Amino acid sequence: MSDAVAMGTGVGAARATAPDTLPRGASGIGFHGVTVAYKGAVALADLDLHVHPGEIMAIIGPSGCGKTTALRAVAGFVRPTAGRIRIGETDVTDLPPHARDIGMVVQNYALFPHMRVDENVAFGLRARRSPEALVRERVAESLRMVGMRDFSARYPRQLSGGQQQRVAIARALAIRPRVLLLDEPLSALDAQIRRSMLGELARLHQELPSLTVLYVTHDQVEALTLADRIAIMRGGRLMAEGQSQMLYRAPANRFAAEFLGRANLLPVQVEDANDVPGVARVRLGETSLSAMVSQAFGPGMALLCVRPHDISLRPVPVQPANTLTGTVLGVTWQGDQHSIDFDVGGHALRLVSTPLREPPPPGARVAVHFAAEDATLIPHEAA
Amino acid sequence: MSATAAVRSGAGPRLGGLWVLPPLLLLAALFFYPLALIAGQSLVGDDGAVSLAGYGAVLTGPLFANALWHTIEIAVGATAGCLVLGFVMALLLTFVPIPGGRLIARLIDTFIALPTFLVALAFTFIYGSAGLLNMAAMGATGLSTPPIDFLYSVWGVILAEVTVYTPFIMRPLLASFSLIETAQIEVASSLGAGPWRIIRQVIFPAALPALLAGGSLCLLLTVNEFGVVFFIGAKGVITLPLLIYSKAIEESDYSTACVIAMVNVVLSLSLYALYRTLVARLGGDRAGVV
Repeated sequence: MSDAVAMGTGVGAARATAPDTLPRGASGIGFHGVTVAYKGAVALADLDLHVHPGEIMAIIGPSGCGKTTALRAVAGFVRPTAGRIRIGETDVTDLPPHARDIGMVVQNYALFPHMRVDENVAFGLRARRSPEALVRERVAESLRMVGMRDFSARYPRQLSGGQQQRVAIARALAIRPRVLLLDEPLSALDAQIRRSMLGELARLHQELPSLTVLYVTHDQVEALTLADRIAIMRGGRLMAEGQSQMLYRAPANRFAAEFLGRANLLPVQVEDANDVPGVARVRLGETSLSAMVSQAFGPGMALLCVRPHDISLRPVPVQPANTLTGTVLGVTWQGDQHSIDFDVGGHALRLVSTPLREPPPPGARVAVHFAAEDATLIPHEAA
Repeated sequence: MSATAAVRSGAGPRLGGLWVLPPLLLLAALFFYPLALIAGQSLVGDDGAVSLAGYGAVLTGPLFANALWHTIEIAVGATAGCLVLGFVMALLLTFVPIPGGRLIARLIDTFIALPTFLVALAFTFIYGSAGLLNMAAMGATGLSTPPIDFLYSVWGVILAEVTVYTPFIMRPLLASFSLIETAQIEVASSLGAGPWRIIRQVIFPAALPALLAGGSLCLLLTVNEFGVVFFIGAKGVITLPLLIYSKAIEESDYSTACVIAMVNVVLSLSLYALYRTLVARLGGDRAGVV
């Protein structure tokens, strides 16, 4: 496994290498056995999750998985039926939202339509009765950080969606919150602006390294791009959690593998779970394969998880280790990549590569290869 | 081709224009003609000649001034009361999780369907000299005169009109509140704003168009209110509609009644113009709800 996997990349890596630079007062978020139920229906079940100070933690999952409920519990808009929530050293479970020292950005911006941009940004500071000189200074600084200083006298209706979201972020940051809660903040934006805003958020967090961010999204790309760590939820329960790249490369279970990116999952027979330390030898039909293991496996069935872009085509005569032979079912050109579907001994396998000059035609017999480091073994379970 | 189709296709624009005549004639017969008769009568003196002398005599008299003052005093007082009560109740029904809140809102809504004098009648049973409260108080204290006597004053009329017309404020307010994004309130709260600041700086500005439009409608209705004032029967509390009734029906002084009626019409039309202007200018994209 590469160092990049262990260390993380991008924003996370920058912070991971310099934890001592966090200023005093940086606060984490702690969910301690938090359960939220609405009229008996459990929306969040016994959640234990810790967001470290200065970290971006993304909670992802399908609709109704409990991710927004978790965020709203931190904000104080839903009260846990059991468990405690901490921000820094403070138990905030019984505190009203306005006493929690949080900044919040929501999907539809929720700007106050009758206030100008600068008045929107100043709202939280004035609510805290900050001196007017400080209000002016912070408003100017916050608008500068999001590149909206020239728009301070406009009303929200005079701004585009992306600009409105920048103002919403400036409004949340102006109060210098201990934690920033982002609830699907980019969902209402079109794809191009979303990509641009992702970059903006990453840059913003580099500028404010002490800010702890809880980022709720259903978009795995946003989570992978921005988050240091990712928590995956389903049905109110935490299914998997870990450092973003680690979670992507070595998912803990089938749900995590399939929700976070596309995954090929091949049912294999475990022959030796510890062939060499951290590497298992498995069998798919008559073919012997190697894969990484990050949890205990005994003899029996397991799933071999390998990402489509970690598989490469090999000339049939050359057959190094971890090579499978299959029949091409279909080839799809998608502009910047080719997607090729195979049948490997009755199992579906997908390969994604950079555009090929001569992609194999449907029906052709080809060999494909993947490195043991790019494959991971996960427990066998029903879809 | 039917006449409607002809109009729609534009084949007969002249014929199409004729369709406006029936409703115009009906309106003229039912509304403009009687109004013209009243306007004409207000300009005819005792000698049958047309003059503005009647206006001069009526408008400078103490009776008219007293009625105009009471009309404005009651209308403004009742409207202010409706605005405050309506805002508070709409706020509670929308933002406070009260069990049965929707049912309460519906019940309040049904007040609009009831005749206004019913409330006045009900008030006499409760607050009147021989009403429930006074009888109970006199029985408990041994007093020989009713201790609660506000009903037969301007305050009694205002209270009754507040009860009758508050739903007219609440309806547009409830619609307006339903358009406020919950996220705005939640974000305001997360930024450190307490309930009062949220009401003052987030909810109230959003509700302002509905408040102004509802308030001007309320003002219009209370200026013309007759039933409540008549049924309360407060001594010395004469409003313009009551004065018109008194002059026309009790004294058969139609000329004076018509002069006062014309003043009342001008006052009402001015308030209606104010109402429409506020709806158009302040309602914006929410004009439909007010």
